Amino acid sequence: MSQLDGKIPGGPLSAKWDRHQLEMKLINPANRRRFSVIVVGTGLAGAAASASLAELGYTVKTFCIQDSPRRAHSIAAQGGINAAKNYANDGDSIWRLFEDTIKGGDYRAREANVYRLAQLSNNIIDQCVAQGVPFAREYGGLLANRSFGGAQVSRTFYARGQTGQQLLLGAYGALSRQIAAGRVTMFSRHEMLDLVVSGNRARGIIARNLVNGEIKAHAADAVLLATGGYSNVYYLSTNAISCNVSAIWQAYRKGACFANPCFTQIHPTSLPHVSGHQTKLTLMSESLRNDGRVWVPKKPGDRRRPNDIPENERHYYLEEKYPSFGNLVPRDVASRNAKQQCDAGKGVGPTGRAVFLDFCQAIKRDGAAVIARKYGNLFDMYRNIIDDNPYETPMMIYPAAHFTMGGLWVDYNLMSTIPGLFVLGEANFSDHGANRLGANALMQGLADGYFIIPCTLAGYLSDAGNSNVGTDHTAFSESIEAVKQRVVKLLAINGKRTVDDIHRQFGRIMEDYVGLTRNEAGLKTAIEQIREVRAEFWENVKVVGPANRYRLNLQKAGRLADFLELGELMAIDALNRRESCGGHLRAESESEDGEAIRDDENFCHVSAWEFKGDDAEPGKFNEPLVFDNVTLRQRSYK
Amino acid sequence: MMSPNKTINITLKIWRQQGPKDRGRFETIPVEGVDTHSSFLEMLDFLNEKRILEDKEPIEFDNDCREGICGTCGMMINGIPHGHGKAMTVCQLHMREFNDGDTIVVEPFRARAFSIIQDLLVDRSPLEKIIQAGGYISVNTGGAPDANALPVAQEKADEAMDGAACIGCGACVAACPNASAMLFVSAKVSQFALLPQGKPETNTRVLSMLREMDACGFGNCSNHRVCESACPKEVSISHIARFNREFFKAGLSGRLPVSKNHPNEKL
Repeated sequence: MSQLDGKIPGGPLSAKWDRHQLEMKLINPANRRRFSVIVVGTGLAGAAASASLAELGYTVKTFCIQDSPRRAHSIAAQGGINAAKNYANDGDSIWRLFEDTIKGGDYRAREANVYRLAQLSNNIIDQCVAQGVPFAREYGGLLANRSFGGAQVSRTFYARGQTGQQLLLGAYGALSRQIAAGRVTMFSRHEMLDLVVSGNRARGIIARNLVNGEIKAHAADAVLLATGGYSNVYYLSTNAISCNVSAIWQAYRKGACFANPCFTQIHPTSLPHVSGHQTKLTLMSESLRNDGRVWVPKKPGDRRRPNDIPENERHYYLEEKYPSFGNLVPRDVASRNAKQQCDAGKGVGPTGRAVFLDFCQAIKRDGAAVIARKYGNLFDMYRNIIDDNPYETPMMIYPAAHFTMGGLWVDYNLMSTIPGLFVLGEANFSDHGANRLGANALMQGLADGYFIIPCTLAGYLSDAGNSNVGTDHTAFSESIEAVKQRVVKLLAINGKRTVDDIHRQFGRIMEDYVGLTRNEAGLKTAIEQIREVRAEFWENVKVVGPANRYRLNLQKAGRLADFLELGELMAIDALNRRESCGGHLRAESESEDGEAIRDDENFCHVSAWEFKGDDAEPGKFNEPLVFDNVTLRQRSYK
Repeated sequence: MMSPNKTINITLKIWRQQGPKDRGRFETIPVEGVDTHSSFLEMLDFLNEKRILEDKEPIEFDNDCREGICGTCGMMINGIPHGHGKAMTVCQLHMREFNDGDTIVVEPFRARAFSIIQDLLVDRSPLEKIIQAGGYISVNTGGAPDANALPVAQEKADEAMDGAACIGCGACVAACPNASAMLFVSAKVSQFALLPQGKPETNTRVLSMLREMDACGFGNCSNHRVCESACPKEVSISHIARFNREFFKAGLSGRLPVSKNHPNEKL
């Protein structure tokens, strides 16, 4: 097996980024406007990168599928953003944030990347405050912090429950300023459908105007993908409806390696499945588990109202199984156990895909007023969506796919295995290992966009020079033709099933076999079944046109076609990684009492997959992970 | 305990329009077997899936996060932006709020500044232009002072956050008899007027954003206050009051609105 070079700079960990910045070549300010950059996606990473590069003088073209760059899904992040400011004087530091992130990722992320992320976290907060992001404040006017996701220090900055929205609006403001100045050309309601590569370099993209269906080529000296995660592969997830894998999947098909595709994070406290028409799982803060007790009826199929089920017929499975952490076990452990109970027929609610989260004891202990002060907004949200009063009846919750740690492989410069193609934010694989810590996603998106790419892109362009391949080149015309043919093909199938119908069936396969717990037999079954659904899709999907108008079902069909290919790669990766780590639990690598067991001897590496053709097995590279600064430990929550 | 699933039959009187130049019309469409636990948008999905299988054109509508924060969705339901739910976007409105046999009138957000793209889809890009005219603080990446170097009184930060909570959905415009974007503009002006970081540009910001609002064809504010009640994020018209104060101050300052190409920002 071959290896990939992460291009990690030498020297001590804490000096690597400074040294790298110094060693990286610069581009003269007057020359920057001669370099053009395409940015796809306007979430935290894409908006921050577009604005920062335009400020430096590059000529930027930015694309988003939403009707406005302000609506990218970063907007929905609730909890907060971490930074190692140590404003709380509780012993936090860059080193501690680095260690927590490495450990939280179950030792499957690069030390150098994570350390740089922790360093830059402080600059991010400064930048956002300067932009006017209204972070929460203490009485004295200084910034407020809270502890989040089980961290022992208070390092999370927040703006009510809308931190992602406020950070994104900050970046969107900076982007809008550059659009007004004429340095960014904005293409809203445009979807990237192909990456153009020739002569081993990214040359541009093919994008479809979603309003009139026009398909056009765009050339540039570098292409940046900041297109987010792929949790919608499961059909139901906490992601927005338009979140998809297509941009990075097309890049994979053109030669960019896809790293750790099976690393997904499933969040334990989402609202449950209540209706057959459901399209979305809404997240609730996991802080609810601080006071709520999780249980299911002991008897499978017990349909009584929860308050009618006597205490001795309730199974408080987390408290019994994990006496020291109880209901506060990490996200993956809580999620896994909920699914096990539902699979055993003990699930509750209209679809049997939910467990109870009961506040009865906390309300008795502290009073309803105290609970309302802590969780009032969440209780209100629950009441509105589920139509039930959680002060009187236990809530119902269920795990939901939430974040994907896997993504396109990038080196320390955020460049993929295709020269000139950079990948930022959730779309890359780099910083969260096998499991992401709470409040670290916003940090990574902004670090990549504001601070890393402006430096590393200059380093690349100063060596590589202009691309000099225009849209009249055959690489572009061939790519446009392929994209057009695919649209024609999708419309021509004219089968008997809608896109969503097939996606629901596929999502269930992914959830059952490539979800919370994976095992060899299940993953092999999944691969078989995914191939069958994929064949069914190409024979029997029904898409209504015409293609020259806004047609959501046509957009969704293209995205599902890509998800159906990704699903198989996720299963192959999960099958290949015969260890448990972070959010990836292989039943074969579990201790007798249900603890995940990592296999550092054989799997302390990044798995990066290379496309070899539609009917060929993908190739695999391993990038070994070396830990010089932390000691590897097994997790235990008993 | 949550009410059991039941289904209702409804009739939609829904706006259909093939493009900006098409005249458009209402179409009456019965929808049978709607799960009351589904959201309004899920009801439309359900209808569209049926229509697709019957070879009929689906009804196009904007939507994305489906958790009330992205501001993508929006339509008039029985004449009210986002429907009759209090402080919620249409993606949060559930079918249990309707009765079996109801007729529901569904239209796009209408305003002179918003052209209709198709069915319920409208072009809200004029709101983008208003932000581009000055809805930001002009700082480049890098070089920001330490975040705690500039204390902000807690109540000011809270008020700024109240304005910043705007999701840019356009419901205020659709609700306003003048199709004014004043609530939208004032929420942004107010956020930055309250924060010390926003002070240096307050005068030019208020003048530039207002001028852009006029240029885009939005009407002016004449205190009908329906914007406030239509706002899914409960943005208060007190921001309009603050906007007006800032506008008068800016007038006295002798500053002029700045063109899109900010003079200080030429390379």
